[in-house]
Amino acid sequence: MNACLPDIRSAVRIDCQGLGSLIAAIRRRGYQVIGPHLQDGAISYGPIQEIEDLPIGWTAEQGPAFYRLQRRSDSAMFQYAAGPKSLKDFIHPSEIRLFSAVREEGAFRILPNSDPAPRYAFLGVRACELAAAGIQDRVLLEGRYSDPIYRARRGNSIIIAVQCSAPSEVCFCTSMGTGPRAEAGFDLALTELIGPGSHEFVVEVGTQLGAELLSEIEFSDASPDLRNQAQAATQAAAASIQRRLDTNGLREVLRDNFDHPHWDDVAQRCLACGNCTQVCPTCFCVNVEDSTDVAGQTAERWRRWDSCYSLAFTYIHGGSVRVSTKSRYRQWLTHKLSYWHDQFASSGCVGCGRCIAWCPAGIDLTQEVAAIRAATNQTEGTK
Amino acid sequence: MKSKPKIGVFKFASCDGCQLSLLDCEDELVALAGAVDIAFFPEMSSNMRKGPYDIGLVEGSVTTHHDASRIHEIRKQCRTLVAIGACSTAGGIQALRNWHDSKQWVAQVYAHPEYIQTLGMSTPISDHVPIDFELRGCPVSKHQLLELVSATLAGRRPNIPTYSVCMECKRKGNVCVAVAQNLACLGPATQAGCGAICPSFGRGCYGCFGPAETPNTVILADQLLREGRAQETVVRDFRSFNAWAWPNRQASERKGAV
Ligand code: SF4
Ligand code: SF4
Ligand code: SF4
Repeated sequence: MNACLPDIRSAVRIDCQGLGSLIAAIRRRGYQVIGPHLQDGAISYGPIQEIEDLPIGWTAEQGPAFYRLQRRSDSAMFQYAAGPKSLKDFIHPSEIRLFSAVREEGAFRILPNSDPAPRYAFLGVRACELAAAGIQDRVLLEGRYSDPIYRARRGNSIIIAVQCSAPSEVCFCTSMGTGPRAEAGFDLALTELIGPGSHEFVVEVGTQLGAELLSEIEFSDASPDLRNQAQAATQAAAASIQRRLDTNGLREVLRDNFDHPHWDDVAQRCLACGNCTQVCPTCFCVNVEDSTDVAGQTAERWRRWDSCYSLAFTYIHGGSVRVSTKSRYRQWLTHKLSYWHDQFASSGCVGCGRCIAWCPAGIDLTQEVAAIRAATNQTEGTK
Repeated sequence: MKSKPKIGVFKFASCDGCQLSLLDCEDELVALAGAVDIAFFPEMSSNMRKGPYDIGLVEGSVTTHHDASRIHEIRKQCRTLVAIGACSTAGGIQALRNWHDSKQWVAQVYAHPEYIQTLGMSTPISDHVPIDFELRGCPVSKHQLLELVSATLAGRRPNIPTYSVCMECKRKGNVCVAVAQNLACLGPATQAGCGAICPSFGRGCYGCFGPAETPNTVILADQLLREGRAQETVVRDFRSFNAWAWPNRQASERKGAV
């Protein structure tokens, strides 16, 4: 044990055993550790008890409508890019009962949900995911109304980030200014360094809580050389990202192209299945449903993730507003990349690429935007 | 207290699986029996009482002349008529006959084909009479069946979503089997309701709940072909329990299909 408390913003070195001790230290404090693990052919987020639960020696190849696990030749634990789940799955749960009510002597009594919010410690969180959580904070916490479910879970959480050094083909955080390096928003941030005969981590300290956790485990000073290696790893990651989304004037480009023929082209390919919205770490829409039992004695109110791709989403008296697939895809993309700025003062996209990989039709927003842009430039050129 | 709503359950061409889902309600069956008056349900009781009924649940498709007229009589007797299951909402698996000459099949199967009187097509209830609601599935989900009854009793709209299976699949936290394992999954074009059972067990969705609200079945079929599947395989994917539902027909009969 190191009796000393490392400084905030300093960096130290731990090895694999140290990581194991870190997981144990977090668990001792009563947190449930959520980190990367293998689930049905993907590196997804799930409960982690010990270091062996991590995807040791695995990575994944990603592309439009494509995700495949791959074996690595080493025992890396974090050399993969963002997977199917994100923090959203835990702090903005996909379904939750808001309350129930029972009938009693001609009246009814409301039973609040008394379950305490889970205390999550997220391990392996990427820069784009921190940016996404920041966006969800603005929407769900910092607006006029703050969501108590999100607030409790988010406020309770510990974040152990991982600096990306193996981006995938669908990543474009460099275009969105969200990664691959996480600068803030974490308690601790690890950079995994694997060399011949060595497997170690540079740990950046983000908060007092992070420093306290470190003080409970073995660590040593990170040599300047090791710190340079860590810097170089994320720089190389940034340089390896090929995918681009040109954000220059994007807000106006989409706003001004409501009737662009390319929307029809996308509608010819889109299944209106809603997957893109469900995997997007910033999409937050929910539906609230009341139900009653057969005997009419109890009622419940549930909140579930919804999607702008469903007809019911815009159902008002007389029918749905956005009936065509075209109008629904257009709504999603323009909200995400244009109106989001008006509403929440940032883009709604962090460049994680989930909507590209997990769209069963392989629709790629970076290409759709490029197509709208190209055609727009052309028309402007001929004017 | 107002009188309990009177319910009738009627069977057409079907396997009885949907009616069994009703009997399968075990825990809720007592509450159900207390809340409604099950007046006609031959599968459950030989005590069959005459209509009219407040709610009629119809299982099965129309495949005989007799049934084609019987459904009109039932419609007249039921204030609310609900088609339950893939047979009654889409024609069922027996609608595969619609692409073939059923007389030939009858001749091959039965020793005395002259005793068999059947229509050339298996058609959904809504082809014959107006219906008030549809519960999809092969079989229907017991949860949705109870939701429908509870909602009707409480006078509220039932929470029966018409979006895709993918929505339920993602809410469950599944890893998409189409993307991560290249399995043929009809989820993106199939209506939710089953709780994404098959993807939850590592199989692609078979489409038991029929086409979703605005399904792009043709695009999905193209995608399945592009990924290297044989034409016959893709046609078969769309020709199962809900083969005769129009969007599935579009996919299986599209240009170039067998
Ligand atoms: S829009 Fe797509 S790339 Fe952007 S944050 Fe959402 S899922 Fe990631
Ligand atoms: S863009 Fe892709 S994931 Fe999104 S609704 Fe369309 S087909 Fe589904
Ligand atoms: S496994 Fe099937 S149902 Fe689930 S998300 Fe993928 S395509 Fe949709």
